[in-house]
Formats: sequence, C-alpha cells, structure tokens
Amino acid sequence: MTIPFGNPDRPNSYIGKTVPRPNAAKLVEGRGRYVDDIVLPRMVHVAFVRSHFAHARIAGIDTAAAREVRGVLRVFTGAELAEVCTPWVAVLAHLKGLKSPPEHALAVDRACWVGEPVAAVVATSRAAAEDGAALVELDLEPLPVVTDMMSALDPATPVLHEALGDNLAFRREHVEGDPDAVFASAHKVVSAKFVTARHTGVTLEPRSILVDWNPADRQMTAYHATQAPHMIQAVLAQHLDLPESRVRVICGDVGGSYGIKVHVYPDEVATAAIAKIMGRPVKFVADRLESFTTDIHARDHEIEARLAVDADGKILAMDVDDWTAIGAYSVYPRTSAIEGNQVVNLCGGPYDFAHYRARTTVVFQNKTPTCQYRAVGHPIAVAITEGLVDLAAAELGIDPVEIRRRNMFRDDAYPVTSPAKMRFEGLSHHASMDRLMALMDYDALRADQAAARARGVHRGIGIASFIELTNPSPFMYGIGGARISAQDGCTVRMDPDGSIVALSGVTEQGQGTEAMLSQIVAEGVGVSPSNVRVVTGDTQVTPYGGGTWASRGAGIGGEAALRSARALRGAILEVAAAMLQADQASLDIRDGAVVDADTGAERMPLEELGRIVYFRGDTLPQGLPRELVQTRHFITTEYPFAFTNGVQASYLEVDTETGVVTLLKHWCVEDCGRIINPQLVDEQIRGGIVQGLGGALFEEIHYDADGQLLNGSMADYLVPMAAEMPDMVIGHVETPTKESELGAKGAGEAGTAGAPAVVMNAINDALRPLAARVTHMPFTPERILRALGKIED
Amino acid sequence: MSEMFRAKIDIELTVNGEAVEGSVPAGQHLIDFLRLECGLTGAHASCEHGVCGACTVRVDGIAVRGCLMLAAQADGAEIWTVEGLSETAAIKDLQEAFVARNALQCGFCTPGMLVAAEELLAGGGVPSRAEIREHLSGNYCRCTGYEAIVDAVESVARTRAGRGAA
Repeated sequence: MTIPFGNPDRPNSYIGKTVPRPNAAKLVEGRGRYVDDIVLPRMVHVAFVRSHFAHARIAGIDTAAAREVRGVLRVFTGAELAEVCTPWVAVLAHLKGLKSPPEHALAVDRACWVGEPVAAVVATSRAAAEDGAALVELDLEPLPVVTDMMSALDPATPVLHEALGDNLAFRREHVEGDPDAVFASAHKVVSAKFVTARHTGVTLEPRSILVDWNPADRQMTAYHATQAPHMIQAVLAQHLDLPESRVRVICGDVGGSYGIKVHVYPDEVATAAIAKIMGRPVKFVADRLESFTTDIHARDHEIEARLAVDADGKILAMDVDDWTAIGAYSVYPRTSAIEGNQVVNLCGGPYDFAHYRARTTVVFQNKTPTCQYRAVGHPIAVAITEGLVDLAAAELGIDPVEIRRRNMFRDDAYPVTSPAKMRFEGLSHHASMDRLMALMDYDALRADQAAARARGVHRGIGIASFIELTNPSPFMYGIGGARISAQDGCTVRMDPDGSIVALSGVTEQGQGTEAMLSQIVAEGVGVSPSNVRVVTGDTQVTPYGGGTWASRGAGIGGEAALRSARALRGAILEVAAAMLQADQASLDIRDGAVVDADTGAERMPLEELGRIVYFRGDTLPQGLPRELVQTRHFITTEYPFAFTNGVQASYLEVDTETGVVTLLKHWCVEDCGRIINPQLVDEQIRGGIVQGLGGALFEEIHYDADGQLLNGSMADYLVPMAAEMPDMVIGHVETPTKESELGAKGAGEAGTAGAPAVVMNAINDALRPLAARVTHMPFTPERILRALGKIED
Repeated sequence: MSEMFRAKIDIELTVNGEAVEGSVPAGQHLIDFLRLECGLTGAHASCEHGVCGACTVRVDGIAVRGCLMLAAQADGAEIWTVEGLSETAAIKDLQEAFVARNALQCGFCTPGMLVAAEELLAGGGVPSRAEIREHLSGNYCRCTGYEAIVDAVESVARTRAGRGAA
C-alpha cells in the first residue's frame, strides 16, 4: 500500500508535519546524559601528553615525576600501547593511489603534529591526571617541518614520511570533453584564485569516550560521543584484537557532531586500549585546547579555476586546479582524500555544460589531520563555481540570476549525468530559483541597493546555486574496503500495552533523528508519535547501520523505519483479522486502534490485541503468525548518491572604512525531497547556514611557519555569535527521490554548502563599483581593506 | 604548585534551594564542583575560557560562568542551576518555548543559554531582537544558528509582558 502523501487529510498523517522532538524536553531541563555525565564504579581518568613540536623524533620519555603525583596510577608510552593495539592505515581501494603511513594510538618513534598524543597518564581524577601529564618529560628532537601547502611537493621540501617517497597523499584528475580547445577559442574566459581557510567544527561538547573492559565477560563497552557506533565497534575490535561481537558501543546524548565525531581518533583508541590493559573503566574528555589541536580540521584549500563562456553567458567549459593539505596522516577509516575528491565531483554541479577538467592534489604537512566536516567539499566547490559564474556575469553585463537561469539544468531534463559524471535523478534548480526570487523580492532589493549606493552605503546581493550529496550508497566508503555501513535497519515492535518501540541504526546528534523516526513509524503503523519510543545508538540493541553522516538519516534510516512499520502494521492486522473474523484488507490501524478501513469505526484498541497475543495466545488459531516485531533494512541501489539542490541569497553591507561586513538578511530555498518534519528541516538549514557564515567571515585556524597552532581557544578562533547573525528565510521545493517510498533526501549540508559562496558574491557585488574583489576566506575586515587598497603593507 | 591547588577549603552554600557543604580543592572550579560533587550535570564545561557560556549558572541572582569562578568563591552564595530552575518551574514557559520552537538541537549549550536568557527576561519588558541577540552573544550555539533561540526568547517576553499588563 502506497501512502498518499499528497493528501493531508489521510489517516495518521504525521509525515510532513511539525511534531515536537521527544527528546527535547529532557535537554531543556538539563537531564541529558552526555558521556562526561556518566560515572562508573572504579572509573579512572586519562590525560594525554602531546607533542609540542610539529615534527620531532621521540628520543625519550621520563615518567618518573608523573608517577609520584598523588592519584596517578599508570603512565603509558606509545611503545607500551602498541603491544595491545595495532596501528591503522587510512586508505581506501577506490581512491586510487591514496597513501598514508601506519598511525599508532600513541606516537611511537616520531610525532608529526603539534598535539599528537605521545604519552598517557591515568589517575583517579581528571585533575590528578592533568597534574601528572604536566610532569611527563618528553625528550623531543625537532625534525624539519612541512607546513606550506603549495611547496609541499617541491624537491627542496623535506619528505614528511620517508617510506612514502614524497609528500603526495592523493591526486585525481577528471577530464570530460576537450576543455583546452574550448578555452582556447571561447568568447570569454574568467579566472580566479580561491582560498578556503582551515576550519574545525568546535562542537560544544568536546570529544568524549568512556570505555569499560570487563575481562570476566570478555566484553568491552564504549560510551562514546560518536556519529557511527557500528563503525567504532568494528575499529576497536580490529585493533584491540577482540571479536566485533564483544565490543558494544553506546551513544547517548551527543553535544554536537557536524562530522567531527565520525572519525577514529588516536587518543580515543588509546583510551580503549588502556581500559583493556587496566580492566576498569577509563574516561577521556578532550579539553578545549585538545579540541583545537586534535579534532579533525577541514577546508584548507587553494584553488585556481577558470570558466569559459559564450557571448550569451552560456557556460562552455570549466577548469579547476584544487590543492589541499591534510596534515600528517590520512584520517581513519574514511580517509582524508574525500574532501578533495568531492571538489572534483561537485564543481559546476548545477550547470549544463560539456567540457570539464578538475584536479585535486592532496599533500601531507606537519599539522593536525583534516577530514570530513559538515558539507564535505561542498562549500569549496560552490564557492569556486558560483564565484566564477558571478565573475562571468559581471564581465558580460548579465544579471547574476539571469546567467544562472541560462545555464542550470532544466527541471524537466532529468535524469542527467553531469560533466563530473555525477548522476542526478531529479532536481529543481529553476523552480527553486523562482521561489527564491519571490521570497526575497529580488527587484525591490536591487532598488534598495541602488538607493543605498546613492547614499554612499555599499550593500551587496549574492546568489549561489548548489547541489548537495546525500543518501550515500556503498560507493562512498564500502567499495573501498571500509567496514562502514551504507545500509541501515530498523526494528519496530508492539508491546502488550499497544505502544510501539522502534530501534534504529541511525543516531541522534541533536538534528531530530528520533522525532523524524517517531513520525514515520507512527504513520507507518497507525499510532500517535507520542506512543512511539525510539531507541538509537547501541550496537548491541539496534539493527546494524551506518549512523549519521552525509545526510543519510532520514533518507535511508527513515525508509527502513517506514518499511518495518508497514510490516508491523501488516502483522498486527493479520492477528486482528483472525480475532475479528474479518477480511484483513477491510481493516486499518488509526490512532492506536484497529478500525474498519471504510468507515473508520473502531473495532479493537491495540492494547486489547496486545493482551490477547502476549497473555492469551491460546485463544488464537493455531499456526496464526503473531510476530509483532518486524525488521527491515534499506539500501539505495539505483544511484550512488541522492543529489539535492538549492539556492541561497545574502543581502549585506560592507563598511568600506572599517572592512566590517554586516549581514542584513539571508535566504535559502532547497529541495530535500519529501519533508518529514518541516520545522526540523528548516532548523537544520538555518544551523548549517550559520556554520557556513562562520567559514565566510570568521573561522580560520592559524599556524606559524614552524607548525605551531596559534589560535587554540574559543577566544582566538572565532565562531558565529548571536549578535552577528542574520534572520534567515527558508523555502522549499519538494522533488522526492523515486528510490524509496518515503522519497526523502538529506538536508544537513545545504546550509553550509552555499553560505560561504553567497556571502563572497554579496561582498563582491557590494565592492564592484569600487573595483575591489575578495576570494580569500574568511573575509575579515583586514582582507576587505586590502582588497580596497586601504592597507598595503 | 599543584599541591597548593589541592589544599581543601570548607564552603557552605545554597544550591537550588538546598543547603550544601563541601570541602573543596582550592583549584576546583564552580562548574566542576556542581557537576562532580553535587551531581548537577545540566550545565557543561566546554571552552574553559569563559567564552562559550555552556557552564552558565545563576549565582546570587546573576548569570555567571561556572568555569571562571572557583568553588571556594561560592562560599555563602545562593546558586541556581537548570535543575533547580526546572523543579521550581521558574522557567517553565521559557523551556516550553524552546521545545516548541526547536530552539535547541544537541542541547549541550541549552542549560547555560536558558540561564542567560532568563537573566534578560527577568529585567522585564520586551527586548528587541537585536537586544536579545546582544545579550545572548556570550552563549555559543553551534547547532541552531540562533534564530530559533531569539524567536523563543522573544515570544516568552511578549507573553510575560502581556500577562503583566492584563
């Protein structure tokens, strides 16, 4: 039976409605249970001693003074942990040529970035562990450092990992058509250099893990702030020589993730190894300096790019040369080549053109490793593409909206394959642009801009169209050999009181997963969402799944939930039909009761059916199936990814005396397919936009030439605060994916994907009469004043 | 030096309306005392620099950074945390507005955000959106983008003002 989503008056119509999140009430009362809130008997704390050099040989570690500190129980070095914990190599088979050296939980011979863990101090309190860590004396012999990205492959640059031969981690070039010939003959070629700064996620809850090894049960339990419990289960088992079945990962409340908490971190694996050695619970919670020096970084790219257009502004060819430096190691197990790869895949995404070349060059350096952070690669690819499109529009005297309309794939063109060989099942660039124009009243805004200019006030309007990769198949990681599940499962059961429990392999990071699942299951079974309890984040309890990343929760986890809920509905109705001696097809479940499908008249509440099945099964016909527990799994098969699309707009003001940018208003129209909970989608997009605005205006990790991180605190690394952020208008177009009955695609990346580009375009729109242009993020007052020629030293 | 930080200091204070006694290390921060000794895990340590506001609690009527105040300095103080403000229903309308507007996602910043917002609301009147944003600019949220929080605080201010006028 197909759910008539188009009919809002259908029974149990919870999909598509704003329903409160079941887990929000506890969080506003401070009753959440984050890892650091958990206290176990005999629990001890670990603090790490980290390299203070970007590159150094570890000549010796003196732990004597640390061991004298009251409360300190053990001090571990890399060599000791290596006896129980094997190193890992973060490569994937489908990323051809990607290389990375073995990485240990604690550095053994050599430390390769400031912050790399070198020794671990275990004590009865966190304070004592920190006191001990401060007294561990590292004898580090500095080695030559590689810090500059663009010279990393020069012959004169030292090779960071000798065994690898050079500093090249990965390179991929994709060529479609004949870009050189087109560029040689095109009416107009525009080009620019773009720089996106090194960011980190700044989750308010630092990385946290509490690992309990029970040698009597031979069971490891990790309470972990993670996005991928099953992946962590596999990794801990593999490297600590345990069967996967003996590792249980429990993920309760998580205080922000955004991709930061989907990776394997050496200090977290070390914590598990120490728990296994000591046979008691060990807790590690990163402090804020550790967050800045050891959480993955991202987005450190420099790009030269060109666009060829004809006289009408039609895009003919695009050429992108992307460089990124990923720190000292590729990050396990997702690898650090994905971001550059995404830039190759996503550039030019909204546009119908034929000739394309994109190359990404991924190099090692002595800095914190980079890896996947929210909207992986998207903000970079969108900035490149939309920056060039605006440049072409300005050169040709075409309105920025009009040039996009001339080039975007037609809404009836699908399915199509892009020049980057991405396959689009169905997108809505033109409908989204039309909706944006209506929401923002583009013409009125242009008039306001002109009036402001007449007063000497420099306001700018930015537009950026984009595509967003969601619902990944095994083509993302699985085919490369990683034990990262692209499928996901859901078990739905009815208990004797007629209530429903749903167990899902996707996880709650605060985005509203549990609300979304409760709505889908409620509609699928025929009960109120308040009568559905959702359980996530426990590898011993939930079906096997991938967790939360690449905006897969609603599209993949949601479809598994819908299918299992529908299966449970069928199982309930089969029992009900026997009890009521009715044709199963004549019955339905609505609001927690079996009813006549035609009239809606109640025949039997679910708790009565539950009472009979669980306590008086003797009264049911022999052989009648009564399986009120149903599990279904879902995996996408027709497309490697479900692409979505959207378009953003920014209206802002540039103070040309101070260089300060004031964001006046922001718009986003996006198409994530079927919307399950409108409020949750809108808030995902708003939150994503603000993370993107941080990248556009504030966020930048600074290192000096020796590889010392210079701004490792929230006072020095700026993130968006309430006062600087604009109100945001969100609109939608819905193009459901045909791969699933639910039709949902992802919505988690759209805001972050487009926001930096749209701010860049708006600033440049404001500065165009002054012949100034910025393409180096973040757009700080200094960079804007330099572009205006007001700072020249 | 660490021995000096470990020297115990006796304190007596009121936490969420209950008398609490403690013998605390001189170097212990208020947020750690509340979390570790009192079991009040609602407020969180996050930036540990007094920047992000996740540790905000009410001390003698003022929203204070729990990571910048020592437990020893709280001797004689009256402290309210999100747990006590919830149990007394003192901020029930604000909490309900946060839930209804989805003004929280991961919830890690929320207890501190609520204490800071209540400090503004307690001043009375209906602050402008810019004033709300300014007042909350010491409380970071990485999830929501702030707009929903501003909406929730604004709606409570309007409702309270309406109730006061009626």
